[in-house]
Amino acid sequence: MGDFSFFLEVVVGGLLSGVMYTLVALGFVLIFKASGVFNFAQGAMVLFAALTFVGFLEFGLPMWAAFLLALAAMLALAVAIERTVLRPLVGQDHMILFMATIGLSIFLEGFAQLIWGTKVRGLDLGISDEPIEIGGILISQFDLSAALMAAVLVAVLSAFFSYTKVGRALRAVADDTQAAQVAGVPLGFIWAVVWGAAGFIALVAGLVWGARLGVQFALTLVALKALPVMILGGFNSIAGAIVAGLVIGVSEKLAEIYLGPFVGGGIENWFPYALAIAVLLIRPAGLFGAARIARV
Amino acid sequence: MSAQGPLLSVAGIEVMYSRLALVLRGLTLSVPRGGIVALLGANGAGKTTTMKAIANLLRSERGEVTKGAIHYDGARIDGLDPSDLARRGLSLVMEGRHAFSTLSVEDNLKVGAYSRSDGAVAESLERVYATFPRLKERRHQPAGLLSGGEQQMCVIGRALMARPRMILLDEPSMGLAPLLVEEIFSIMQQLNAEAGVTFLLAEQNAAVALRYATYGYLVEGGRVVREGPARALAADPEIRASYLGLDASAEADGASLAARRRPRWLS
Ligand SMILES: Nc1ncnc2c1ncn2[C@@H]1O[C@H](COP(=O)(O)OP(=O)(O)OP(=O)(O)O)[C@@H](O)[C@H]1O
Ligand SMILES: [Mg+2]
Repeated sequence: MGDFSFFLEVVVGGLLSGVMYTLVALGFVLIFKASGVFNFAQGAMVLFAALTFVGFLEFGLPMWAAFLLALAAMLALAVAIERTVLRPLVGQDHMILFMATIGLSIFLEGFAQLIWGTKVRGLDLGISDEPIEIGGILISQFDLSAALMAAVLVAVLSAFFSYTKVGRALRAVADDTQAAQVAGVPLGFIWAVVWGAAGFIALVAGLVWGARLGVQFALTLVALKALPVMILGGFNSIAGAIVAGLVIGVSEKLAEIYLGPFVGGGIENWFPYALAIAVLLIRPAGLFGAARIARV
Repeated sequence: MSAQGPLLSVAGIEVMYSRLALVLRGLTLSVPRGGIVALLGANGAGKTTTMKAIANLLRSERGEVTKGAIHYDGARIDGLDPSDLARRGLSLVMEGRHAFSTLSVEDNLKVGAYSRSDGAVAESLERVYATFPRLKERRHQPAGLLSGGEQQMCVIGRALMARPRMILLDEPSMGLAPLLVEEIFSIMQQLNAEAGVTFLLAEQNAAVALRYATYGYLVEGGRVVREGPARALAADPEIRASYLGLDASAEADGASLAARRRPRWLS
């Protein structure tokens, strides 16, 4: 019995961290879907967002105001990126756009640290890290709150893209960009919306991970956690990102606990990649990645 | 605005791809209000490029209009964002059935109304379904699962959702059975007669196009080489030989007019 509730604890803990992986992966997936670009700068956006939030806090602003201002900064950043990076590169090869996001990432890291400095800052969101007992198992309150926030954000974004006019237009752009333009969808606006959504995600991810790891350069590495999620779930599938995030969260924790002792621990860091590569060999497009719907 | 002039006029445009390949070499045409004008020519003549130049889509293919001007409804439109044209009532139905394959048929149609802010979208949807009853039956299916003819109806329906005054129709007959081709063309004729929609129609299938069009242009090597009322073109012996396949003495496979005058690689 004790064994089983321990197992459950591990699974629930894995699910909770899995939601966070999903969140970060979703930032990539949205941009990839809409423009076919792998946004290397997603990690830098997480750092930029977290530093901006903490910076406003240090001015003595209350948390909600700092959040809104940081969000406004991320949206402004999205518009600026669309104007200065994406628009001039319309029609260029995807590899060139990918290179541009590498440049963007280095710029953002430097720019954020230029404004806010390079020292590591603690971030206290005021959520206690005391474990609470639910149904006989112990769950970290912080993990639970973070997962709830992420889940709400994921749900809101999915609803937005499924049911609104702009969401429909975004799916049209993802499907056939030229046809969407011809139908009257302004590409620049859609890209700004997508990058804005990715900025919003980066902000939430930056807060949660920042509260755990401290707000520092290492936050950019959070993006690495998303990579196996995307390989597993497919680069262009929102449902895939959700399921794969959960699968990776749970399996890395289980592997750590039940396989770790045999190989000397530390599995958590590379197990997701091993799993992703295994899937890659069997299903190159990922579990959910669209082989496009088409009649043959 | 010049309510008397042509609805669309293309004046001496040159189009280059990747700064290297000059594909249109001073192409000129005009489309009167309420007309159906056919743009004829063999593979690679430059019909699609002309359509894309008008719709401002060349930039995403690294092409550009390097000379000439395009006017629609009295205003110059080259340089606008492609999405602005839908707002002005100019819609392009692209060659090769660009339905949004992962979106449902109904979502495809709704995207077509993106530029509209009036409340009558539901009404337009019903009108499109009345025109294409088969779309209504399949409204919840992903468009990628429709047959070729149904996809063509879906993209034409999508264009209609913007309530266009003019539709650029690029090769609507491609890959369709003859009966379906007639159906699509007669719907075009009906829209023209009843709703006053103006059409510019690019077609390789000159025989059918000239039956429905009022006026026609023959394009070769990026230039207009022949133009006239549809009837006159259909009766032109050279066109009959090369494009309508009606003259037994012509070389097989419709060798072009220019090709018989001079070797193409020198042009
Ligand atoms: N993106 C591009 N880059 C370079 N050259 C191109 C591009 N698109 C078309 N071309 C060239 O431009 C010429 C005209 O092509 P276009 O598609 O306009 O012909 P078309 O008359 O529509 O032919 P079809 O009847 O086969 O559709 C062709 O020689 C083609 O190779
Ligand atoms: Mg063509």
